[in-house]
Amino acid sequence: MAQPTDAAIEVIDLVKRYPKAPVNAVDGVSFAVQRGEIFGLLGPNGAGKTTTIGVLTTSVIPTSGQARIMGSNVVADPITVKQRIAIVPQQSNLDRSLRAKEILTFHAAYHGVPRKEREARATALLNEMGLGDRAKEKLTRYSGGMAQRLMIARALMHSPDVLFLDEPTNNLDPQSRLFLWERIQQMNAQGLTILLTTHDMAEADQLCQRIAIMDHGKILALDTPAELKKLIPGGISLELRVAQPELVTVGAGNGAATNRVLDALRALPGAEKVDQVPPGAGEEEEDGITRYRIYSQDANELTGPALQAIAANGGELRDLHLARPSLEDVFIFLTGRNLR
Amino acid sequence: MATFDMTPQAAPVRKQRSRARLAWTAFTAILGRDIWVTWREFIPFLLQVLIQPLFFLFIFGKVIPNLNTGSGTATTGGFGPLFAVSLLPGIVGLTAFTAALQGVTLPLVLDLGFAREIDDRLQAPLPISLVAVEKVLFAAMRGIIGGAVIFPLGWWILGSSYHVRTDLIPQMIGMLILVALAGATVGLTIGTLVKPEQIGLMFSLILTPLLFTGCTYFYWSGLSSIKWFQIVTLFNPLTYGSEGLRATIMPPITTTFVANGQVFTRTVTIPTMEPQWILLGLGVTIVVFFFLGVRTFRSRVVS
Repeated sequence: MAQPTDAAIEVIDLVKRYPKAPVNAVDGVSFAVQRGEIFGLLGPNGAGKTTTIGVLTTSVIPTSGQARIMGSNVVADPITVKQRIAIVPQQSNLDRSLRAKEILTFHAAYHGVPRKEREARATALLNEMGLGDRAKEKLTRYSGGMAQRLMIARALMHSPDVLFLDEPTNNLDPQSRLFLWERIQQMNAQGLTILLTTHDMAEADQLCQRIAIMDHGKILALDTPAELKKLIPGGISLELRVAQPELVTVGAGNGAATNRVLDALRALPGAEKVDQVPPGAGEEEEDGITRYRIYSQDANELTGPALQAIAANGGELRDLHLARPSLEDVFIFLTGRNLR
Repeated sequence: MATFDMTPQAAPVRKQRSRARLAWTAFTAILGRDIWVTWREFIPFLLQVLIQPLFFLFIFGKVIPNLNTGSGTATTGGFGPLFAVSLLPGIVGLTAFTAALQGVTLPLVLDLGFAREIDDRLQAPLPISLVAVEKVLFAAMRGIIGGAVIFPLGWWILGSSYHVRTDLIPQMIGMLILVALAGATVGLTIGTLVKPEQIGLMFSLILTPLLFTGCTYFYWSGLSSIKWFQIVTLFNPLTYGSEGLRATIMPPITTTFVANGQVFTRTVTIPTMEPQWILLGLGVTIVVFFFLGVRTFRSRVVS
């Protein structure tokens, strides 16, 4: 039953286990998204983001727990829910038997928008999305970015209250990505509640008012981007690249037991947490080079002692820098591994 | 690059409509979509449906009965004058059944497999089962049209062998609807079970046996000399459809023959299956495959 509430999306103790799966895809997740908010679900592939969206958009039946959209329960009242939401999926699911504009008008017809209104709205949205002169075309001639914009236009045709964007900029070129970010902010300014999933930290940082970091079906942290960054002690971390020929010969794979450098760094007074981190996205690391990140209240002060500790234990410093925390660092801090 | 036309959209006034009304609106719009798409491709649709029956009617109804055997007489036996009479209803049934079946199977296999073009309809405000019901209804419409077009086609090809009784037209229409519904429900079940990479296999493993064991090119009572095959055909829903259409389409045929120098006339009615068995066969098919199909459809789109 509908209950009066201010939240656009409410998720309570949500669990989803797929048949024959050994673990829960979503494992006891709770959060609420306020009306008019842009909320991000951030996490690596397989974290449970798409399943969570699936439950909220009625295509996945939860194993236990509850989910409500604008007060309506997604399991008990999917028809009301479907009327109030719209989805822009990761991959195009546009109806290829129809022309571009027809996709919009038929979508609106499914949702009971009167004919005159849907014609006018389709024309307006196509123009807004820069597709006005290609309204009568078949989709075979549409690029990926154009298909994406058409899906957004389609989503807006029935004036939803809540918009779900699943990895919206995943396969987009940089220009389309910027265009989409601007659109998302505009739609939000017009009052639309938006929930988006991403594994792009910059995107989450730029767009979302609040972010839930998900991994293995659980929410590890949920806050504004600024507050999430404060999770990292001291706010600034020290990142070191160290050549350790010794590690290679001993066997880098299970080096934890024999890594004297790591042990020495962990023993430094004031080092709250020391992680061995993988290279960043798109980077290749040379053989024999290991990256460490030291979190501390005062990373500056640790620079000298860290250098000594490395040298004393057979390592050779190649590079050192102080990193201002990004959401990526928050994720690494929380999970000990990189996002991709 | 696009310009940002920030026309503030008026806050949508959402009328409080009942769920039943929402669902009905969505259902008719989805049906409208299918009709629109098929209407735009109507000629290709007709070709797809009609090429095969056209050749069947021509070869089996015209060419083979008039084959010159060398002794100057046309062949008789299974391809006697009665054959064309019993062939036409069989082809009507086959066309209605397969046009309906393919109308739902092929799009569904592709949609559920990878294209996901159906998503937009699944997200419409109606129960998911109704999306499957719409598929069945629309496919049945295709089947009825396909079956109906066989009559003028048969008239044109069969010429003097074209015999259709006109005193049972309402029953005939009812039978055509049942056959098309049976094809559509079987198609729904197949379409939800077959994976895109199995489409080729589906044609040879499902459609071909369906085609040749459905009493399309022969009447069921004529199989009494091959008992085991007569029993096999009972497992094909199309058998009941073909026999039902025979019962409502085939008139008694008067043939003349010469014996001892005298001309005799004889009126023959090809016996068809009893109506209650026909209705039972089609009814069971429609009900079983409808519920099975809707169930598998749901499990494919909701996890």
